[in-house]
Amino acid sequence: MAILVDKNTKLVVQGITGKQGRFHAQQMIEYGTNVVGGVRAGKGGEWVLGKPVFDTVKAAREATGANCSIIYVPAEGAADAVLEAIDAEIELIVCITEGIPIQDMMKVRAILDTSNSRLIGANCPGLLTPGQAKVGIMPGYIATPGPIGVVSKSGTLTYEAVYALTQRGIGQTTCVGIGGDPINGTSFLDVLQMFEEDPNTEKVVLIGEIGGTDEQKAADFIDKHMTKPVVAFIAGQRAPAGKTMGHAGALVEGNVGTAAEKIEKLKSVGVKVASYPEQIPDLIMQ
Amino acid sequence: MNLHEYQAKLRFAEFGIPVPRGKVAFNANEAYEIAKELGGVTVVKAQVHSGGRGKAGGVKVAKNPDEAREHASKILGMDIKSHTVNKVLIDPGANIKGEIYLAVTNDRAARKPLIMASSEGGMDIEEVNRTAPEKIIRIHINPLIGLRSYQITELASGINLPHDLWKQFEKIALGLYECYAASDATLCEINPLAVVEEYGQTILKALDGKMTIDGNGLGRHPELEALRDTSEEPQEEITARESDLSYVKLDGQIGCMVNGAGLAMATMDMTAHFGEQYGIGPANFLDVGGGADPEQVAAALRIILSDKNVKTILINIFGGITRCDDVARGIITAMSEVPTQLPIIVRLIGTNQEEGLAIINSANLTNMTGAKTLYEAAQKAVEAVRGAK
Repeated sequence: MAILVDKNTKLVVQGITGKQGRFHAQQMIEYGTNVVGGVRAGKGGEWVLGKPVFDTVKAAREATGANCSIIYVPAEGAADAVLEAIDAEIELIVCITEGIPIQDMMKVRAILDTSNSRLIGANCPGLLTPGQAKVGIMPGYIATPGPIGVVSKSGTLTYEAVYALTQRGIGQTTCVGIGGDPINGTSFLDVLQMFEEDPNTEKVVLIGEIGGTDEQKAADFIDKHMTKPVVAFIAGQRAPAGKTMGHAGALVEGNVGTAAEKIEKLKSVGVKVASYPEQIPDLIMQ
Repeated sequence: MNLHEYQAKLRFAEFGIPVPRGKVAFNANEAYEIAKELGGVTVVKAQVHSGGRGKAGGVKVAKNPDEAREHASKILGMDIKSHTVNKVLIDPGANIKGEIYLAVTNDRAARKPLIMASSEGGMDIEEVNRTAPEKIIRIHINPLIGLRSYQITELASGINLPHDLWKQFEKIALGLYECYAASDATLCEINPLAVVEEYGQTILKALDGKMTIDGNGLGRHPELEALRDTSEEPQEEITARESDLSYVKLDGQIGCMVNGAGLAMATMDMTAHFGEQYGIGPANFLDVGGGADPEQVAAALRIILSDKNVKTILINIFGGITRCDDVARGIITAMSEVPTQLPIIVRLIGTNQEEGLAIINSANLTNMTGAKTLYEAAQKAVEAVRGAK
């Protein structure tokens, strides 16, 4: 068992003919992900990496039965790519693209909320269910199957935490990168709920960062609805107010969104908060 | 990206919002000429990307052109929260009868645009929010259909605006939302939207304006990008933006180069964790991104080295899709282009780490030390700064 992606995932790659799309499609195929095709308007009928390319997501879904799509489309076209996947009734849409304007995402979110699709990201590393499916850009070898669910706003920081767990022999059910944008498709709450319901997940690692109030809301959710232990790490304790730290969402505005505020809130509901990423396995083993 | 008050008001005017017919002066004589042209009482306002201008003495009323010159000469060059004032706006004075607050912004939690109005304009709105939050009327906007007329009525009646001003208010609220939507803004704020007496009529006028633009949206607004004022930004941040690097200058001694924003923040935190007791911390936030080719690594090193506070460099790369041997080659190339004797702590982990470390070792750079973990790397960087003192 795992959440969101597994052996039954049939993945279509939007932007498969681009440099990034092609490279990562190959990595995903090598990992064992069931990639059923790609999409690129104007290249329908061609083949890439032995997979058929379609002009539209709809055509790809009809021909292959795809239930999941991953988007490697440049920022200016990414919102459109998400909308196309929603329109094609793809169940799970993962958007890797960084730099989508926030007003575009608000519109996407408004459409998404009236659909049956789920969006992960944008600006995220995607998902990895060790041994089953890799949908995104996380390096496969750092993870190993086991009982820990990982959910994170960050890319390389997730790798750091997952690698630290694996090095100590602690495996993962699924690693989910929800992305560092101010408005995204899937929140900490959604993923925490799924891990709570997943019989194979025993404990959860939550990696947050400065900006917004998602981690505070996660703390409330953990307090009210979670029986499984959660270990957290919050990046950006030394970040100054009013400066965006790489991710568009990582911005302390006024007193809102500081790491100290988030850490205090998480600790108040019994979450163990690591002082540094490599301490996460110690807290998981306690 | 923040716009100056005068830039925001000009943008507002394009969307039909009444603003004062002021002009910008770069020296005291220009201020005199503008005040003379406007006639009567004027207001001299510092144009600087920082709040609290009024409290700092950056806004002054002038009775005549001579006073405008005098005020301008004092305000120009003034330091407001470590921003130097290099231009002032000269606006005509106004006969103010009331002050309203009106703004459109992104509500991150609700994932929608939010329009806010308050009868308590002119004040710090955060202060109003603390002391009398019920005096701020908040209405969410569906981004697919935009601001509706009935919502503006809710705002107008919520702040007890006299009926005879509703028509003007509606035009301004619609204009402000359109301005927000057409500019990829994250904030469009009028504070105060003043009720003024002019030629025997009562009208609403935007006496102050504030706009912030979403950096991710600037690509499709070259006319707004052209308004960028780099005169207040640290040179390092300007250079970093040109090299497509994400960089924020801080005041510590350890120059950090990391791939990924989250890991970059965690690396900063770690150096402060060990260094704080000695007054040692990160000199910057720097994310070289996922690609990290030799040119970008070199550009990143140049930026770090241009900060004279830097005593040690900490390179922390977690190779996922990025390959450590590529990064190692980048570091070696950069070192030949930007030689330095400062201690460099390198942690390369992940994809092709053995090959990467072999490349670093074979270069025989005596000032370079390896580290296996983030913990060890941060500890060594702090020790290196202490050794250099």
